[in-house]
Amino acid sequence: MRVLAQVAMVMNLDKCIGCHTCSVTCKQTWTNRDGVEYVWFNNVETKPGVGYPKRYEDQERWHGGWTLDGRGRLKLRAGGRIKRLLSLFANPDLPDLDDYYEPATYDYDTLINAPAGPHVPVIRPKSAITGKDMAITWGANWEDDLGGAPEYAGADPNLAAMVEKVKMEFDKTFMFHLPRICEHCLNPACVAACPSGAMYKREEDGIVLVDQDRCRGWRMCVSSCPYKKVYVNHKTGKAEKCTFCFPRIEAGQPTVCAETCVGRLRYIGLVLYDADAVLNAARVADPSDLLEAQRQVFLDPEDPEVAAAARASGISEDWIQAARRSPIYRLAMRYRVALPLHPEYRTLPMVWYIPPLSPVLDAVTSVGADADDPDNVFHAITDLRIPLEYLASLFSAGDIEVVAGVLMRLSAMRAYMRARTVDGSVATHLLEAAGMTAADMEEMYRLLAVAKYDERY
Amino acid sequence: MGPLLAARAFFTRSEVSADGRTLHQIDPSSWDRFYRDRWAHDKVVRSTHGVNCTGSCSWQVFVKDGLITWEHQATDYPSVGPESPEYEPRGCPRGASFSWYTYSPSRVRYPYVRGVLLEMWREAKARLGDPVLAWEELTGDPERARAYKRARGKGGFVRSSWEEVLELMAAAHVHTVKEYGPDRVVGFSPIPAMSMASFAAGTRFLSMIGGTLLSFYDWYADLPIASPQVWGDQTDVPEAADWWNSRYLIMWGSNIPVTRTPDAHFMTEARYQGTKVVAISPDYADNVKFADDWLAPHPGTDGALAMAMGHVTLTEFFRDRQVPYFTDYIRKYTDLPFLVTLERRGDAYVPRRFLTAADLGAESEHAAFKTVFLDEETGEAVVPNGSLGFRWGQEGEGRWNLDLDGANPALTLLGRRAVEVDLPRFDEGATEGGSVMRRGVPVAEVAGQLVTTVFDLLMAQYGVARDLPGDWPASYEDASQPYTPAWAEEITSVPAATIARIAREFARNAERTEGRSMIAMGAGTNHWFHSDQIYRAFLTLVLLTGCQGVNGGGWGHYVGQEKVRPITGFQHLAFAFDWQRPTRHMAGTAFWYLATDQWRYEQIQADELASPLGEGMFAGRSFADCNAQAARLGWLPSHPTFNRNPLALADEAAAKGIPVAEHVVNELTSGRLRFAAEDPGDPANFPRVLTVWRANLLGSSGKGNEYFLRHLLGTDAETRNEEGVHPVEVTWREGAAEGKLDLLTTIDFRMTSTALFSDVVLPAATWYEKHDLSSTDMHPFVHAFNPAIAPPWQTRADYDVFLGLADTFSELAAEHLGRRTDVLAVPLTHDTPDELAQPGGRVRDWKHGECEPIPGRTMPKIITIERDYAAVGKRVRGIGPLFADLGLTTKGITYRVEPELEYLGGKNGVTPEGRISLDTADRMCEAILALSGTTNGRLSTQGFETLEKRTGTKLADLAAEHEGKRITFADTQSRPQPVITSPEWSGSETGGRRYSAFVINVERDKPWHTLTGRQQFFLDHDWIIELGEQLPAYRPPLNMHRHYGEQADGGAAEVTVRYLTPHSKWSIHSEYQDNAYMLALSRGGPTIWMSVEDAATIGVADNDWIEAYNRNGVVVARAVVSHRMPAGTVYMYHAKDRNVNVPLTERSGRRGGVHNSLTRLLLKPSHLIGGYAQFTYAFNYYGPTGNQRDEVTVIRRRDQEVTY
Repeated sequence: MRVLAQVAMVMNLDKCIGCHTCSVTCKQTWTNRDGVEYVWFNNVETKPGVGYPKRYEDQERWHGGWTLDGRGRLKLRAGGRIKRLLSLFANPDLPDLDDYYEPATYDYDTLINAPAGPHVPVIRPKSAITGKDMAITWGANWEDDLGGAPEYAGADPNLAAMVEKVKMEFDKTFMFHLPRICEHCLNPACVAACPSGAMYKREEDGIVLVDQDRCRGWRMCVSSCPYKKVYVNHKTGKAEKCTFCFPRIEAGQPTVCAETCVGRLRYIGLVLYDADAVLNAARVADPSDLLEAQRQVFLDPEDPEVAAAARASGISEDWIQAARRSPIYRLAMRYRVALPLHPEYRTLPMVWYIPPLSPVLDAVTSVGADADDPDNVFHAITDLRIPLEYLASLFSAGDIEVVAGVLMRLSAMRAYMRARTVDGSVATHLLEAAGMTAADMEEMYRLLAVAKYDERY
Repeated sequence: MGPLLAARAFFTRSEVSADGRTLHQIDPSSWDRFYRDRWAHDKVVRSTHGVNCTGSCSWQVFVKDGLITWEHQATDYPSVGPESPEYEPRGCPRGASFSWYTYSPSRVRYPYVRGVLLEMWREAKARLGDPVLAWEELTGDPERARAYKRARGKGGFVRSSWEEVLELMAAAHVHTVKEYGPDRVVGFSPIPAMSMASFAAGTRFLSMIGGTLLSFYDWYADLPIASPQVWGDQTDVPEAADWWNSRYLIMWGSNIPVTRTPDAHFMTEARYQGTKVVAISPDYADNVKFADDWLAPHPGTDGALAMAMGHVTLTEFFRDRQVPYFTDYIRKYTDLPFLVTLERRGDAYVPRRFLTAADLGAESEHAAFKTVFLDEETGEAVVPNGSLGFRWGQEGEGRWNLDLDGANPALTLLGRRAVEVDLPRFDEGATEGGSVMRRGVPVAEVAGQLVTTVFDLLMAQYGVARDLPGDWPASYEDASQPYTPAWAEEITSVPAATIARIAREFARNAERTEGRSMIAMGAGTNHWFHSDQIYRAFLTLVLLTGCQGVNGGGWGHYVGQEKVRPITGFQHLAFAFDWQRPTRHMAGTAFWYLATDQWRYEQIQADELASPLGEGMFAGRSFADCNAQAARLGWLPSHPTFNRNPLALADEAAAKGIPVAEHVVNELTSGRLRFAAEDPGDPANFPRVLTVWRANLLGSSGKGNEYFLRHLLGTDAETRNEEGVHPVEVTWREGAAEGKLDLLTTIDFRMTSTALFSDVVLPAATWYEKHDLSSTDMHPFVHAFNPAIAPPWQTRADYDVFLGLADTFSELAAEHLGRRTDVLAVPLTHDTPDELAQPGGRVRDWKHGECEPIPGRTMPKIITIERDYAAVGKRVRGIGPLFADLGLTTKGITYRVEPELEYLGGKNGVTPEGRISLDTADRMCEAILALSGTTNGRLSTQGFETLEKRTGTKLADLAAEHEGKRITFADTQSRPQPVITSPEWSGSETGGRRYSAFVINVERDKPWHTLTGRQQFFLDHDWIIELGEQLPAYRPPLNMHRHYGEQADGGAAEVTVRYLTPHSKWSIHSEYQDNAYMLALSRGGPTIWMSVEDAATIGVADNDWIEAYNRNGVVVARAVVSHRMPAGTVYMYHAKDRNVNVPLTERSGRRGGVHNSLTRLLLKPSHLIGGYAQFTYAFNYYGPTGNQRDEVTVIRRRDQEVTY
């Protein structure tokens, strides 16, 4: 066992209001400069949708992440060292500007300086790259609130397998928002793919960074990252990415995206893990075992053996304490409501998500689970609006049971708390169904609902 | 700090994993300087954004090397308590992008004047020497005036200097006051809560010169007229953290994640506590995904849905079974037990008015304002305490309370004789007035009058059968009669069973939790022509179930940042009540309706809206006629007031040696003097000078934008509407005026449409460059704006702009104006004894000989003010004598402030004239805080003690815990400060509880400010009776097709659709829509959202260019096509200005319009009433709303090659 510490994040999508404050504060702080106009270290996507860059989840196309070879060995989907060397100068897996979007600026001063003329002055879009007039045909958030929309939903890789079940019709609309930053993976494909050794995972906290001095702009990181969260600064030619706000993390402050999250849905904490176990976890044969395999890599900070090993690895006592108070560990391991995004990419991502409950029923035809009992106000999770298959495609490599289990625990929490707060009763059957103690249920409730600042971070 | 630690461990290894797969290392020493330096900053300054978003969020503005870099939210709000989520980190993406404006290329850096005007001005001034004479000559020459007015909106700005523009503006002000009257000088600035001192700077100056101050809350259609109607209160709602206390939360036309972004988390988090959440929205809006149920009624049919829910509630919780909590509540806190007279009409009866003590022959004081119920046990008529008759005068002292004194009001007269009543219905009929339904009520005879209870009428109105005569629906499934679920299903498309289930759950939850069911409602249901009726149908649901005045329950009307928590100090300083009282408050919608000549385009008249049960009071009369009548009866303010300079009226009276009021009455009755509202086309009655600050009138709120451009400004406009029916009393002049306004000035930091069309643009300091105060109804704090940097370039804070203007004005006025007497016509005013002026709300028009013209009773009060025009510059800077002489009065309670004046004298210092100084914005803030109960515990305690004398109930303990607390401006700079419970508002924060409206009324027996003193279901003003709106009813959206015919031109493939303008995700009104971040995250310019079906009909794909047009104007935008939109409805999100990515239209070859190019104003007569109980005027409290949701538009795909 070799204990390492990782700062990790959980985002509760069930609370995400899709406001994009995180995107704006992040961009203002880190990427409002030349060369990275099109770059959003943090972006928010409306799902269903093709995302940013387009169809980044389609690894058949982009060859990001890891796969297993015929003998069950882990290899980059982009190919081995030789193949990657051969494509250094013509990487076919690199998204181009059209896959992101052509950033626009405007001739703002026209509004003040326009000479007297026949029309009201107007500003019009100019390419931030070329400076020429342009028509805006795509953007960083083009699909905002579309709920997929017939013109785009078909291209969402997560929907490809379930087009029969999902109709883009008014009555059947569903959507949710997916904020994304770099996953700071335990098994980062970008680091493995970098020919220059510029990308690395910080020893002390697991943050994945690009050494700007060593980066030679080969861009293998861009294509290898299955989440497309490494970008090229087209001015410097070097790779840049979310830094997990390390200057803030080092000062004990949460990341900008987390602290400014208006939905209060982001949690940051330390997770201790066994670095020696990462490789085996990443190469379990069945993708649906990857989630459990990753959980096995995490170490229980309450376990005296783990603590001893952590000390032996040079992890300080206050960090061990922090791991014990970690909301991430609780959400991922104890309550098991947080799930990794696309575990099948085998990078062991460290930004996890609580899937959205989005409980609404069909707008037009439903009469509810129990029309006759006005005290029974919630619907069963089998009636949920977002297809479980869709969530499973995102968060559990297709395993519906896993997602259903999470949603069941969230639903049970709501019903349990309703009983508690309306008439003071304790719904033990809900605890049993969720497999949780009353204490765990109420602690989970506090963490998710009351969510005080010093419990989120 | 939580589990995230400030430690950074220092490892020494750099290690490639054994399989060569990954690289672990500590940061090399040098490379990461870039990110570390980027994060480094010099200071962090707290400020906020003044943008009428209701957020009032505290932000940390980062400054580095003297430049603002970015902003993050503050997280140090005072705690809501250990069991609740906190307010941190309030904010939204729009606010997060604000600092972009600071150094934006579109920042207004210098004063600008349009070249054509500036050139003429310089020439005239050089030639004539006197600026006032120069302005007089320039504007008096039709050719020159036409030249600069035609150029409005078409570029050509030239840089000027502060000295020059202030002189030009001052000359225009002085000339207008002198020639036309001070009421022809107009100021428009909205929403003081979003930056109180900046608002007050301009209104204080204008109040001192006698200018007209336009209201905004009603004009914005954000004022819920139902609130004054039902509660006698402008708006009072729960703070956002109180959603957490709800156990059943309906979001009705309120897209909380988008429009209440900082607060939305309380909704998402309450779900985890077991709160059921329901979304009612015509589209799959952002909030729908959080809801346990989604109801998607057709737009504008929310009232039908709510009425059917009321039908279910009354049936199951009042008829089939009684819930003691509910019946106890409605007996005591609503008008439901009160008696209403019935009047014979044909072979049935109609309800008329509340029975009053006067009807009983009582001789008591104000008996006509004391309502009556029958005691359940004794059967005797009882005149309980608490009605309006007890609020004013001697006899009511100690008796204005809700204590029933042992009486038990009978809710129903069931079991007695019954009669048939005719009630209005609006779902069918040849006109908007609908038709009639016949139902029965049990009756009694009291003092010779046939009466029933409001409750019995309500049961009849809602169609809850109780074996009474008349026509009743047989069951919920009976769609033939209002207001069953099946009936509502046909109108709304929401299944009847769903309607019944949600209504049942809502009421049952309220029963189990004693009132913790809540409806958060918003602009989606409030911006309709008949939104007052929609809202009354909503309020029925929360009132019947005892939710109002209960934490976690009641209505949550979240539209507009209307709540100035430190209201007393604010309003007295802002309107210069320290120097003179009152000021010229004006109802915005009525003003614009006349000023922009939209009244000339009416195809329907007021009687179109009248119920067949009315008496024909509106027959043949236009809305402009109704408005003119409201002016002369003292209901609504009317400025400009008369067709004569009010300064001249005073001179004339002096010359005649008679009192001014007598002179005015004589002149009016002789017909020599007329109200300006009776002849808006007379050039003498034009508004002449308009200053807009903190607002974007032409790009945001200006309904009927094209009419503004044509008639008010005199420049190009796209409307092709035809002039309509002529009024009978208001003068019709052939050839509508174009270019009424002589001077339009905008003070802003960015080039909005208003700025683009202005003659003068002044460069304002931003919200990160000045001192000010902010508050909201969403949270209970006041907090500060602070300058992170000094105003850059030549920008100035609004406060300093108006001080400068006041100085220049006074210099010019010394010669041209001097001391003059101004004559004001002031409407009968709410929360004063004026409420007793017109008993029963009966319309008596002195002009028609129906009564005597008596100022203050049958017509406006006539009040004179001595103005020293040369002293304005000095007076705006110092607190005048009236605070010490008269105190400060809010909602009928007068505060004595001697200790506060003493304190402020020391704190702010004094002017050379010896007045307490207000010469800087922070001193103004200090004074506002010191003179308000919410921020000064001594005053709140004093106010409650004063109120106790009137109510005879215990109140002062509510403020006692903070009696010694005074919130200073420095406090608000350090951290958001929780306010103190005060009689200025109706809720309680005492003991750290969450604010909810009317808690004090419910818990302390304090009456509402209504006729009955209770929450009123029944309204009995003549004009409300005429409209058939005595009780909540469903009135459908106006039938525009019937009134205006087919609007499509034909030719290209077109579709005619409902046109809605909900609030945008990427802007706050028009602010931020031009911000680079918001443009990048949205689609970079105006869009119109369409359904897949409508898009297919006209061959439109996502992102195609389309044009939307109707009789009012034309808009060019790109289509966003999504199945989340219902067929038949399009959205153009609110306040899409015409200045970003708007090409020329295909139809006209001119610049495409704003969202309001397709809208036009309509006045609802019941919004014009006054002089009676809760229907008396107050600023932003009552007045016609600028509704805009009933409109339709034609959409077509246009040539995809666009030019700009």
